This record gives sequence, structure tokens and C-alpha cells, in this order.
Amino acid sequence: MNSDTVQKTDADMQPEQGTDQYLTFCLAGEEYGVNILKVQEIRGWSEVTPMPNTPDCVLGVINLRGTVVPIIELRSHFGLPATDRGPTTVVIVVKAEDSEGVQRTVGMVVDAVSEVHNIMTTDIQPAPEIGDAAQRPAVAGLATMGERMIILLDVDELIVHGVLSLTGDKTAA
Amino acid sequence: MSMDLSEFLDVFLEECFEGLEVMESGLLNLDAGTDLEEINTIFRAAHSIKGGSAAFGFEHISGFTHVMETLLDELRNGSRQVDKETVDLLLASVDLLKEMVEGLADDQAPEEQRVAELQTALENALKTDSPVTGDGTAGDQSSLPEETPEVSTWQIRFAPGPDLYREGDDPLRIFQALAELGELSVTTDSGQLPSLDEMDPTTCYLQWEATLKGKISEEQIHEAFSWVETSSHLEIHPLDSAPAPTPTATVAPPDPAPSPTGEKKPVAAVRETKTSRESSSIRVSIEKVDLLINLVGELVITQSMLNQVGASLVQQGGPASEALLTGLAQLERNTRELQENMLQIRMLPISVAFNRFPRLVRDLCNKMGKKVDLVLTGEQTEVDKTVLEKIGDPLVHLVRNSLDHGLETPEARKAAGKPEQGRLELSAQHESGNIVIRISDDGAGLNRKKILEKALENGLVSDKEELSGERIDNLIFQPGFSTADKVSDLSGRGVGMDVVKRNINDLGGTVSIHSQEGQGSTVVIRLPLTLAILDGQLAAVGEDTYILPLISIVESLQIRQENLQRLAGATELYRFRDEYIPIIRLNELLGNAGGTDDLEQGLLVVVEAEGQHVGLFVDRLLGQQQVVIKSLETNFQQLDGVSGATILGDGRVALILDIPGLIHLFHMKSNPPAALAAAS
Repeated sequence: MNSDTVQKTDADMQPEQGTDQYLTFCLAGEEYGVNILKVQEIRGWSEVTPMPNTPDCVLGVINLRGTVVPIIELRSHFGLPATDRGPTTVVIVVKAEDSEGVQRTVGMVVDAVSEVHNIMTTDIQPAPEIGDAAQRPAVAGLATMGERMIILLDVDELIVHGVLSLTGDKTAA
Repeated sequence: MSMDLSEFLDVFLEECFEGLEVMESGLLNLDAGTDLEEINTIFRAAHSIKGGSAAFGFEHISGFTHVMETLLDELRNGSRQVDKETVDLLLASVDLLKEMVEGLADDQAPEEQRVAELQTALENALKTDSPVTGDGTAGDQSSLPEETPEVSTWQIRFAPGPDLYREGDDPLRIFQALAELGELSVTTDSGQLPSLDEMDPTTCYLQWEATLKGKISEEQIHEAFSWVETSSHLEIHPLDSAPAPTPTATVAPPDPAPSPTGEKKPVAAVRETKTSRESSSIRVSIEKVDLLINLVGELVITQSMLNQVGASLVQQGGPASEALLTGLAQLERNTRELQENMLQIRMLPISVAFNRFPRLVRDLCNKMGKKVDLVLTGEQTEVDKTVLEKIGDPLVHLVRNSLDHGLETPEARKAAGKPEQGRLELSAQHESGNIVIRISDDGAGLNRKKILEKALENGLVSDKEELSGERIDNLIFQPGFSTADKVSDLSGRGVGMDVVKRNINDLGGTVSIHSQEGQGSTVVIRLPLTLAILDGQLAAVGEDTYILPLISIVESLQIRQENLQRLAGATELYRFRDEYIPIIRLNELLGNAGGTDDLEQGLLVVVEAEGQHVGLFVDRLLGQQQVVIKSLETNFQQLDGVSGATILGDGRVALILDIPGLIHLFHMKSNPPAALAAAS
């Protein structure tokens, strides 16, 4: 392996064998990452149409070029303190797939996007068995980038079991 | 044959089912009287199924169909009379054939014994008054319709009478018709033409000679001359000496089995009608159509977005504003037309759903010993394919109910002074953008006393309530309701009417029943024409816009203080005509911040759902418009009280409210302990 490529972590670099590319973003000072293959686009914050009887983290729906897409506030979903939306606030539009292979397009509001990292699969550590049990499956693992720790999220798990099941429970009750 | 046929299997199966349907409806019509065209239709359907199944190597089907076909052929050529036994036998065969074809679809082996039994029955029927033609020849004859006339050259001499022009005939048109059949060359014989001063310009002096080359039968040529043949001298000779020209020979079918010319005549007519029907339509998968409809939906949204932008530009008074407005108006018109025509593609006549009823009613009447005359009207009314598919089962249920509970036995009818034969009418028609289906019978009608007793017993109503007759009748749509004294295998198990209602509600429609004791009852189903768009009323609540389906709105009114009433301090009631209706404050129910709380500041939209009226309190009403329905389930999930979403002209998303869901939500919220008790 060439030592140059190890240091360079540019977005336009092709991932190597055993490496996945992750889009990282900030949320209340913590850094999170999602597999870039799950990301459809990144767009600025726009006003949403609220929906009745949905969990607080579901802000509402927006019109994404003719498609009705729900918007999730990740801070609220992870129980992090709410904050005002600033100039860096963006919506990461991801495609989540459930166990039946049905794809859903969902937008996640985050504080800011940072960059794209190449992370070797072998460098990913499993998530520790502590913390909120309900949120744990959504964490795919932890990766270290120099001094920083990145929390890698499993988008399918986060959206399908994390967010959608909350709504299901509420309407069924 | 090494070719892979599996990809055509679906098409074959689809054609089989269509053919079977044609056969069944044709056979039912045969009951009434023998119509040769009807028998021909049945025969053709059977023949295509036989041919198709033989090509795919489904010998059990082709063999069985062959025997049926032989029997049908005897009916066709008149060597056997149409009687009830034969029709019954053929109907049973159609049923079995359907099972066999269905078996192919799910890869199940057909029940050989039953096939053999029915086949023997058919063969026995053939043997009993045995006709002149035997099995083998009948089968061979039937393959004739597939033949085409060979390439031939015809010599035509056309000498019209002098009155040709005066009778309004134009020889040019005749030759144009001939030219469509094949290669035509014409020479004019002007030998009879007199000198100019003797000539009458309205008399025809000309004669023509023509040679025509192609796959043409003599009748086709005669047809071209059919208007003038009586007044003209016409000679048509085949030019046998001319060898088949090489270029056309390659186009000819590889095995042009020569057919006896004598039999060609009747067969050619049959073939013509068949091909003309096939070429007038194409088969397209429904996904492709839906994709196009979605795209047109996007176009409609973009168009209304442009309209708004255009309107604001014009207000600012740009230089080209006039032209812009004209262009936008044109775009709007075109888009609307495109959308209407696009939706039209998905429309099918309701007869697709009605077709099964003649058979169903016939069978049930035989079983129950009732005499019923089924009348179908408005079968050509068109409705969206999805609506059509989902309305079938509810309709079957309602028709069965009418037969089982509504219509009486002949004896009971006689005693009641009615004609022995009952009447069951199914009708469909368009009414203000909806399709309305009515199922009416002249039977016993609903027994209100019995319904009320049952409703009290089940706790559906309390004895304090004063119910109108109409309201009582519609109680039968409540879950767990059946007044039938005993459970029959047709209906009366208490599941049914509520399921019917739910299915219809799911389609965005409504159902109600009107009954008069002793006179009969009528069920009225009102459905949207399509599930893709909806006529909506835009209503503002706070900062948000919601869409109410126009179909469920009864009236919108301004609230007058003196008509307000509070029930036990909680539920607000409003006096609407003769009843008190609950007021649902949409801003509270939907958790919408903002929006006025002062009842006199807003409007009350009275809506109807599940036979009851409620008032929805909104800030104000905006416009009415057709909206394209987008499912929330695509990217999220179903929500109570919301049936979908749409995109407004300004690009914002607006939620479409589901009235029955809202009422349900309202009851849950305002009355949680009771709702829990009812659930447990």
C-alpha cells in the first residue's frame, strides 16, 4: 500500500479494497458517519409541512422534486438538546431499505456536514454495550480518525426500526 | 420447437382467461335464443385456447377443448339444437377449463379424474343424436380460419352503366379501395366517348380494365364494387397462367396449405372480424401506464407552479407579460387535456365487474329456488382499473345479500301480491365526477324493527337515541351486524356489510342503503372515478393548508352562537338542520399550533362519513382544485386521519385528510377510557 493514499482522504478518491466511504456530519459536537452509498443528496434546510400524530423527531414532509419526503430531526431522535437552525444546518437525504427490500427516501436534519472519509472495515470497532438500548442497533460501529471518534450509523436500522416503529407504536395504541 | 415460450406464457394465460370469459357470457346468452354470431364467438374463443395450449404443449387442455369445440361446431353448423343440457354441460366445461388454466398459472396438476369425467360426458353428448360430421373432420375444419388466400392475380373489366355519375358514385374511389388490397394497374378505355358537341357531361362513357395482384379473394373485389355492381357490367377473372411473382412469394407464409375454395367463403368473414378487433388495440403493461400517469402528475404540479410565478411576474408588469399569460393559459389547457386523456387510458367499462353476475345470479337462483330477472344497465360506464378490481368483491357480496335476504321465494312473492319473478337491477352511471353504482331489488326490504333490536342488543345504539329510518337502515354497515335468522353459506355470518363498507371507504367512496319495507331496497355506492386524482377543498388551519375530499363535504357554514351546545362540558355540539353534530376543532386534533380558537372567527365544514355528520372547524376555506394524490406510505407510513399528501402550486406539501379516520381519531382523543373499554 502506498503511504500517500493513507494520508489523503479526499472525497473524489476511489475506495480501495476493504474500505468504505463515509459521509461524516456534526450533531451537538459529536461526529457521526453514514455510508455514502446510502446518501442520495445533501440539501439546505427548507420549511416542512408538519404531520399530525407523529413523534417529535419527525418534523414533517417536504416536496423533493415531486416526491413527498419525511424529514427527521436527528438531534431530537437521539435525545440531544435542541438548537436553532443555523447557516450550516443541512438535510442529508438518505435511502433506507427495510427487510423486504422496500426503499424509503428520508431526510435527516444535522448541524453540519464535515467530509468524506475512507474507513477500512478492519478499523471499525463494535459499539460498546452501554447507553440507550433502543438506539444501540442503529450504531454500526465506531471508527477513529486521528484524535476524533466517529460514530458510524446504520441508516436502514436507524430509519426503519428507529423512526418508523415509533410512529407505528403510537398509532396502534 | 426449441424456442423459449415461457416469456409468452403470461400473455397466453391472460388471453385464455379473456377467452373463457367470452365463452361464459356467450353461453349464458345462448339460453335466450340461438344466435349464430354468438355461437361463432364462443367457438372462436374455444379455438384460440385450443391452438394456444397446443403450441405450449398443454395437451390436457387442448385435448379437452377439442371435444368442446366439436360440440360447439355442431351447434354452429346447425346439426344440433341448442338446449339447456348442452349449455349446462358447456358451462361446466368452461369452469373446469378455467381451473385447468389457473392450475397452469400456479403450477398445479389438474384433477385428472374430473377432467376425464367431463370429457366422457361431452363425448357421450356427441354420440347421442350423432350428427353427420365426425370428430376428425370437425377438428380439421376448425383450423381453416387461420388460412389466408394465396397470392393471385385478377383481371377486372369494369363497364359501368351510363348513370354512374348521376347516382353519385365515383370510380376513383373504387380503384383506391382496390389499390389498398394489392398491386393495381388500371387502363381506361375511352372508345365509347362521343364527340364533344354530342357529349352529356353527366353521363359515363368510360370503361376500365385493371389487373390486381396480391393475397386477395374474389369477394374482396366484389366488395369494392358493391355499390355499382347492379348497374354495371363487371367481369372478374383470375389470371392463373401468371406465375406467382417472386417478390411476393417470399412474403407469403411458409406453409400456405391449400384450402378447398368452396369453404373459404364463410370462413373469410369470420377471420376479418377477428383481425380488425385485434389490430385496434395494443397490450401495454399497467406499470408503463402508471409511470406515464405519474409523470403527467408531476407536469400538472410544475404547470401550476409556473402559473403562480407567471401571475406574480405579470403583476410586476414585465414587457412580455401578455405573451407569457397566453402561453401559460395554453400550457394549462394542454396539461389538463393530457391528464384527462392519460387517466382515460386506465379506464375500463364497469361491465368487466358486472359480467360475472348473470352467471352468479343464475347459479344462486337454481340453488335457492328463486326466480330473479337480473337487469344490468350502464355497463359501458368507465372507471379506473384499480377501482374496478377492488369493487368486484363488495359487489358480489351485495348481490348475494339481495338474493339471499332481499328477494323472496316465488310463493312468498305471490302471497305478497307481487309477480313471481323478482327483479334485481345493477346500474352504473357517472354523476358529477363520481361513478354511482346502484343495486336495487324489489324484495322484502329491511326490517327496521329487527335491526333496531339487534343494534340495541349489540350496544351499537342506546335506547335513548331517536333514530331516523334512514339511520337505522344504515346500521347494517356496522361491524358485527347480521339479522339473518340462520347462517347460510351465502351470507349472514355477520361479517360482510362492514367489510363491504370498509372496502368502499378505502377506495375513497361512500355506501348507503335506502329501503322500504315490502317494496325492496337499494344500495347506492358512490366512488371516485380514479384513485390518482381527487377533487379537493383547500382549507386553512393556522399556517397550514389541508385538503378535504369534496365528495364528503355536505355544507360549509358560519357558526352562530345560538346553535352551539356543550355536552357535559366537553364535546361541543352544533345544531345542524335537525340534528346535533359534534364539532371537531382541526387545529386541536392535528396538533397544529396557530389557527383561531374563536368559533365565530372561523368556518364549520359539515362533512359526512359512516352515515353521520360532523363539523370540522377550520380558519377559512381556500379554493377547490383537483389534486394529485401522493401516498405517504411510499417514504413514510400511513397516518390516522390522513389519506395522503399532494403538492400545491407553490411547491408546498399539503396533507389530504381522511374523514372517517379523523372521526375515529376524534373519538379516541375525546373519549379515551370508553374507547379502551370498547376495544377490550
